[in-house]
Amino acid sequence: MIELQHVSKAFGRTKAIDDLSLTVRQGEFIVLIGSSGCGKSTTLRMMNRLVEHDSGRILFEGQEIRGFKPQDIRRRMGYVIQSVGLFPHWTVERNIATVPELLQWPRPRIRDRVTELLQLLDLDPALFRGRYPHQLSGGQQQRVGVARALAGDPEVLLMDEPFGALDPLTRLALQKELARIHIVSGKTIVLVTHDIDEALHLATRVVLLDHGRLVQSGTPLQILAHPASEFVTDFVGRSEVGIKLLGLQTVASRVRRNESGEGAPVADSLTLREALSVFVTRQVERLAVVDGDGQAIGCLHLSDLVKSRE
Amino acid sequence: MPTLIRNRVLATLVVMAAAAAFWMAFVALAPNRLMHGTGIGLTDLMQGWRGVIVVPMLLLCIGIFMRPTWRTNLMVALAGSLLVVALVWLAGDEATRLSAAEPKLSRVSLGGAFWVLLVVLGLAVVDALQRAGLGALWQVVVGAAIVALVVGLVASGELDQLSLLKEYANRQDVFHTALLRHLQIVGATVVPTLVIGVPLGWALFRTERFAPAAFAILNMIQTVPSIALFGLLIAPLALLAATVPWLGQLGVGGIGLAPAVIALTLYALLPIVRSTVAGLGQVPRSVIEAAAGMGLTPRQIFWKVQAPIALPLLLSGIRITTVQTIGLAVVAALIGAGGLGSIMFQGLLSSALDLVLLGVLPVVAMAVTVDAVFRFMTLMVDRSH
Repeated sequence: MIELQHVSKAFGRTKAIDDLSLTVRQGEFIVLIGSSGCGKSTTLRMMNRLVEHDSGRILFEGQEIRGFKPQDIRRRMGYVIQSVGLFPHWTVERNIATVPELLQWPRPRIRDRVTELLQLLDLDPALFRGRYPHQLSGGQQQRVGVARALAGDPEVLLMDEPFGALDPLTRLALQKELARIHIVSGKTIVLVTHDIDEALHLATRVVLLDHGRLVQSGTPLQILAHPASEFVTDFVGRSEVGIKLLGLQTVASRVRRNESGEGAPVADSLTLREALSVFVTRQVERLAVVDGDGQAIGCLHLSDLVKSRE
Repeated sequence: MPTLIRNRVLATLVVMAAAAAFWMAFVALAPNRLMHGTGIGLTDLMQGWRGVIVVPMLLLCIGIFMRPTWRTNLMVALAGSLLVVALVWLAGDEATRLSAAEPKLSRVSLGGAFWVLLVVLGLAVVDALQRAGLGALWQVVVGAAIVALVVGLVASGELDQLSLLKEYANRQDVFHTALLRHLQIVGATVVPTLVIGVPLGWALFRTERFAPAAFAILNMIQTVPSIALFGLLIAPLALLAATVPWLGQLGVGGIGLAPAVIALTLYALLPIVRSTVAGLGQVPRSVIEAAAGMGLTPRQIFWKVQAPIALPLLLSGIRITTVQTIGLAVVAALIGAGGLGSIMFQGLLSSALDLVLLGVLPVVAMAVTVDAVFRFMTLMVDRSH
């Protein structure tokens, strides 16, 4: 879908991107991660030509992006930034309708699309449609920001630290929302963050950058289990690799179906990381497990966290 | 008894009004237009059924001690407005009564108490409207209603015997020419100022390098006294008219409209340029980045995002500029540009106070009207905040 071939970019004398090659495939959720100044935002902004690359080629749907008008390519890629940037003089409805209006959709279709997107992002259309941005909380503003980016039904969603300015609870809620949107819409998403937990939680593929170069690209599991270098291990947090691995799997994958446990049961959709926390706080070694409907399905042993029994 | 007084502002204003009403002349009767008159106090006028105007006065006094509810404030605003109109009518009525009895050349002028009461009551009305939670929009509406009633009184001939309107009657043609000329000067200044100032502000916003120098020059112009600036332009423009004859035929010269408009434009540029730059600077960078990222063209970003967000500040700049120009245009009469200033200076030179007022009052009215209209427009435009 998007292909970077040996792309380089320098700002003055400093090299921001150095011979970077990367392919974003249809339906992937790519998270670009690295410490600040590693070139992750620049990489994202080169994709929609907010930043022009110096050398190499960038292809979108097999065609060089320099062949498109910048406006045309941007209308096909949703764009969300950390500071949201809602238009303060427009209502939520007009903000969301920005790209559909540029694409000259018929009015009724725009109206329906706004309703649909507000519902998708868990905002009551009747309540929020006519509000102005300054009447919204930070989390609501970013929900509208995401809705606005999705409005023109873009092929790709580019997100530059979209949840960086939100409080932890709101951030978690929006991350869950985004994961759900990725699943139901099947959209290709490229997200930039410096938060390794956000990356491991959301990504189908994590791309770790350092000094404008690609350090490792792989699934969250590959990054944690087979780090390509000491740098990767340091970046994900050497002392917490095990904990983070537990965060990638759910109780359902380790439950012993033929046994039963005691005490208050835990849900099988819990991550193993959360289950570990329950073991420690309750000071037990076995937990009863129930499924989504509350039916008892088995038992989880503390030792199962260390090693799966297969 | 501080606990009894519920509205200290109104109390202060009422005390001031009472002092003016008792110790200053409400109208003055003079044997002719140039002599000082003998004052007649407001208390002397309230015989017979004229005493009705005591009712709004009492309502204002009661307002001081009442619980400051929405209703109380509305009552004060209404009483104050009515009283203003009643006082204007009373002055006119007294002038009619006196001039019937006195010799033909005698004049009845408005005295100090009249003006003080007008200002004090105006403040009381504005304060009451604000306390009632009625914002700028209602202040404009109430102001317009009062003005409409006073204009109605003037049109009915009720005020014709006041010296001010006698001066008007004597100089009707001159007055109308001057008024038209004044509007012409203001228009001929504000339009080119916008045409030059807004693009200049935009350019300075884009190229931050030149902004400090440009603002230094514009600030310096503001510090030159207006009469000096008018004077400075006489020599170069006279020379220009002499060397380029067709310009002279068009009316460009050392004195007259041309130097006035040029000088006023130079003054007017600073507020316009500054508000344009400030307005554009108010647009958050993130908003522009988001707009670009969604595929708006630079032209669309300017017209759909930057211009509308900057507009309220720009409008307030135009308001300040226009009000300033209306005032400064008075001085332009000194270099033969005409306008209401010529009537005012004529009055000053012949020490006919009512003629001075005939020149000044329309200027004040014009400035206040323009101010109100632009405030109203800003309110309409700026709904998002």
